[in-house]
Amino acid sequence: MDPVISARGLNLTFRTNDGPVHALKDVDLDIGPGEFVSFIGPSGCGKTTFLRCVAGLETPTGGTLQVNGMSPDAARRARAYGYVFQAAGLYPWRTIGGNIRLPLEIMGFPEEEKRKRVRDTLALVDLEGFEKKYPWQLSGGMQQRASIARALSFDAGILLMDEPFGALDEIVRDRLNEELLSLWARTGKTMLFVTHSIPEAVYLSTRIVVMSPRPGRISDVIESPLPRERPLDIRDSRAFIEIAHRVREGLRAGMEAA
Amino acid sequence: MSDTTPLAAQGAGIGRSGRVALWARGMRRALVPVLTVVAVLVAFWYLACIPMNAGAAVQQAARADIAVSPESAAERRQMGGLALALRNPGVAVAGAFGQERARLPAPHQVAAELWSGVAGQSVTSNRSLVYHAWVTLSATLLGFVFGTGLGIALAVGIVHSRVMDMSVMPWAIVSQTVPIIAIAPMIIVVLYSVGIQGIVPKAIISAYLSFFPVVVGMVKGLRSPDAMQLDLLSTYGASARQVFFKLRLPASMPYLFASLKIGIAASLVGAIVGELPTGASAGLGARLLAGSYYGQTEQIWAALLAATVLAAACVGALGAVERVLLGRMGMRT
Repeated sequence: MDPVISARGLNLTFRTNDGPVHALKDVDLDIGPGEFVSFIGPSGCGKTTFLRCVAGLETPTGGTLQVNGMSPDAARRARAYGYVFQAAGLYPWRTIGGNIRLPLEIMGFPEEEKRKRVRDTLALVDLEGFEKKYPWQLSGGMQQRASIARALSFDAGILLMDEPFGALDEIVRDRLNEELLSLWARTGKTMLFVTHSIPEAVYLSTRIVVMSPRPGRISDVIESPLPRERPLDIRDSRAFIEIAHRVREGLRAGMEAA
Repeated sequence: MSDTTPLAAQGAGIGRSGRVALWARGMRRALVPVLTVVAVLVAFWYLACIPMNAGAAVQQAARADIAVSPESAAERRQMGGLALALRNPGVAVAGAFGQERARLPAPHQVAAELWSGVAGQSVTSNRSLVYHAWVTLSATLLGFVFGTGLGIALAVGIVHSRVMDMSVMPWAIVSQTVPIIAIAPMIIVVLYSVGIQGIVPKAIISAYLSFFPVVVGMVKGLRSPDAMQLDLLSTYGASARQVFFKLRLPASMPYLFASLKIGIAASLVGAIVGELPTGASAGLGARLLAGSYYGQTEQIWAALLAATVLAAACVGALGAVERVLLGRMGMRT
């Protein structure tokens, strides 16, 4: 199968007042359709930058990057992906339904279609009945679910998530992780997921990309042998602990080399 | 999951009638400190009347052959009001609160003048404060509309064009450093010479004062969405127009209303100042000027109080619009 995302020798250097910063160096990565790929590494390793390059929010200074066989800019115009940020970033002046409707309005969906999609995506993230509520009436976890619904509403094939649960407490985070897996199983979307948390990365992913800083680069790519069906207690299994250990080793090796 | 507000949310469990009750309780809570301050001010005002009016009171007593100290009128003229009041306490207190054309009329005298100006005249009479207040208010509102329109237009330009950002803001700031009292007669004379008179010149002076807070607040408001919000819209491929109408404009509303409240008060000051050099035919400014020509201090104070009430009413009305609009937008204020 053709990869959905394909990076070859990707480089990105930011010019700052303290001299150039090598945010990405020689990144090679192929991501196939329906994969769940996590990016993990310390701050400054370029994991968010890579996601932003895929989204066309940053322009690489070298190498090639293709999304659905197109340039990231063309892919964005073709609505190839939905993006979920660390903060829910819902508009306080719009209801939950109104927030999910926002991308549909901008993309010019017909009225009937907008209503249907808002209803469907709300059901998908288990927020039925909250359509008319305002964001401040929802808890942090529910707001983040609404922001995932907003990214799903126009049914892009790729979901880019930049530490979406980073600001939530561990109990809420566990539940949302479970729900995210079931969402992924139902929709079959290609997931790119940036995180700081080793258990989160191991629990969610089919593949874990370990990155290290200065310059930002890939130090290890770990294929997960875990089955797609994953109850929460899989985290106590031997296989899970072994992968988590390998991720930790990869992170340490990357730090020592830097 | 059920259709309920989470218990943690603010206002959870409060229905509409509950909100009204909360509001009423809040009003009562606000009323007590406000009334206390008013009582203190009125008490201070009465107290100040004694030395302020002591000169006239002692003068009158001397004419009525009541013994006062010092006896020589020339000597008395050299003394300050406070010293006179201290040397003739009885006379000073007795004559402090009822003088005609008092240097400082007592609150009840001003209240009586205000009442007769508001209720004692037909509203079309040029002795009616309602009539004068309406003249000033109409210029204020027209100027406020001009100023707000100009302010918003400039803010939109500043946010979208780097050239305007660099060029307009310094001039807007400089414009506010020119004393309005100096520039108002020039505006009126220049406009009169091209055949514009009446309400428009006053409104332009109002607009001159009120556009500035609107520009400042609106620029801040239109720039208030953070980088993440802008990135989100750019992932949808939104046009600049869509970014403006779907994000920047709604995000700027709380800032706009804060500016509008300052703007309308400035607008009222502008209208009053604009009435001073016009030959003082009508308006609260004209009332102030006529009062000072003829030494009618009660009239001056009554006009001042009327202007204050007008300003408070304008700001209050804007606050009500703000609550309704932002409430409809789902924002808590």
